[in-house]
Amino acid sequence: MLNFFLRRSIFMFGTLFALLILTFVISHVAPGDPAVLAAGPDATKEMVETVRKEYGLDKPLPLQFLVYAGNILQGDFGHSIFSGREVADDLMRYFPATFELVVFSIFIAVLLGVPLGVLSAVKKNTWIDHFIRIFSASGVGVPMFWLGMLLQFYFGLHLGWLPLGGQLAIMTDPPAPITHLLIIDSLLRLQFDVALEALQHILLPAVTLCFPALASIIRVNRAEMLETLNEDYITNSKAQGISTLRIVGLYALRNAMLPTLAMIGLRFGWMLGGTVLVESVFDFPGVGLYAVQTAVSSDFEPIMAVTLLLGFFFMVANFIVDILYSLLDPRLQGK
Amino acid sequence: MTTKKHISLEELQVPSWVERNQSTIRQMKLYMHTFRRNSSAMLGLGIVIVFLITAAIGPWVVPYPEDAQGTIHLEIKLLPPSAAHWFGTDEVGDDVLTRVIIGARVSLKIGLIITGIAILIGVPLGLIAGLVGGRTDELIMRFTDVFLSVPGLILAIAIVGALGPGIQNAMLALSLVWWPGYVRLVQAKTLSLKNSIYVDAARSMGASNMRIVFVHILPNCSSPIVVKASMDMGLAILGAASLGFLGLGAQPPFPEWGAMISYGRNYLPDWWWYSFFPGMCIFLTVLGFNLMGDGLRDILDPRSRE
Repeated sequence: MLNFFLRRSIFMFGTLFALLILTFVISHVAPGDPAVLAAGPDATKEMVETVRKEYGLDKPLPLQFLVYAGNILQGDFGHSIFSGREVADDLMRYFPATFELVVFSIFIAVLLGVPLGVLSAVKKNTWIDHFIRIFSASGVGVPMFWLGMLLQFYFGLHLGWLPLGGQLAIMTDPPAPITHLLIIDSLLRLQFDVALEALQHILLPAVTLCFPALASIIRVNRAEMLETLNEDYITNSKAQGISTLRIVGLYALRNAMLPTLAMIGLRFGWMLGGTVLVESVFDFPGVGLYAVQTAVSSDFEPIMAVTLLLGFFFMVANFIVDILYSLLDPRLQGK
Repeated sequence: MTTKKHISLEELQVPSWVERNQSTIRQMKLYMHTFRRNSSAMLGLGIVIVFLITAAIGPWVVPYPEDAQGTIHLEIKLLPPSAAHWFGTDEVGDDVLTRVIIGARVSLKIGLIITGIAILIGVPLGLIAGLVGGRTDELIMRFTDVFLSVPGLILAIAIVGALGPGIQNAMLALSLVWWPGYVRLVQAKTLSLKNSIYVDAARSMGASNMRIVFVHILPNCSSPIVVKASMDMGLAILGAASLGFLGLGAQPPFPEWGAMISYGRNYLPDWWWYSFFPGMCIFLTVLGFNLMGDGLRDILDPRSRE
């Protein structure tokens, strides 16, 4: 187990380093002179040259990479023209919101997806099954930004049940930071009204974001359950008179959960990508919205920092899934 | 003058085309039979056919061809759906139906280009990795892993950010993040085929590497590639529409569905038709390609479901 853990960690850091090279290549080798971009559209030739010197862009590429990697290891992600702040400060400010959104969303997806998948498998070929399958097939095709807009205008504007966007109402003061996670902080500070307000704000974005993941969790879980329910040991348990609830919920589900777990890990990454769209629709102040705003204005360093950050979290998520997977299925540890 | 003896085909014992390809034909018949019984796959196929026809004949059937590139007639702006404008008009008075139909053509092109480039990069890399093995395999697969380690949309945004917004750059960026899936797929398949008995047999008869790749391995990889490509067509269209929506892809007045939604969004909810119909088109198109891909997988590659 320890061996597996170590090998997996080394692999993760290797990939992370390679990702660092990739973002460096995109930002430094791509057509378009980074110095010109950094100096802004109205800069004179001398200003561009000053910027080039200042950013070390006149040095050879390998040297530039060492400087780049060194800075990032020290937590210096550069400067954002868009916000006028250090990128690291911006990330600290925006990332907790994204993290909260994704975690909340994956919770919804798992809490709904697993039972619906099981239900669909147990009630195979009934109208319940057909309904769930149509629902999950649509989930793959629906454009997230469009679904978000529709939900926003139906529940936010038409019914007026939920806020249109943002993380809190403008007049509400956020709680003093402890973990920087808004809902957690307001609960820790015992400001339950703020927590409720934050929940109302996060609900629609989270539901929108979870939709494609929900769809694939249902599909995988249904397929696995169908397969597991056909196994001999299930038939045997039935013959022994064990209750259906116990058979389905305990014996079958446990085995069907392994591939579902892998799917959840995979979907976590897609969700990190989806935050870009959902946060734009709901004006949710996370790194996704930040990435879009800076990308539109060709503000380099923030986008690369967001790419690295989300890549890192995706890798960590996969790492955790792999470890969980090998704990649940010891056969994999040898591989 | 000598009379030529007339020789009929039967006498020559030349098997007809049907006879020669009997096994293939039987297999195709079986495929068609299985596919037809799958109602959701047929629905997907139906949607895809409608989409393809729309894209093919679009420019000749649209009611207001000049509206596709954004002519301005403000006197008829933001009209609700009516007999003259089935899907209403947008903020400069362009017919939404016209722009949505031309958008199908744009989307088809986007889907084909992105999927095509991804296959052209991914399949050869996967073949090389699987066949050569050793360090080359390791190098290619680790390189692929790096691209898979970041959510694709984020990496695409980073690339567009570096190249500058626009439909060309958006397509380029999406192509550059789309190929790794094909490498994984083809590499795994090649690895398992490489040591199969019939490849050994071919090799022992002196078949060249080229022959083994093109005659024995590639055709056997084609089913999963076709299935993946079918699904990717839909997903690539969705990806390009997402970038368009974010303002990083197609720029107005270019009739791309995502960009249309992005602008129509400002006119919600009173002028809902402006963003509703393009969204519906994306939804149906992606759904169609997905259902079709699912159906294809059931007949071509039944063991590799999710």
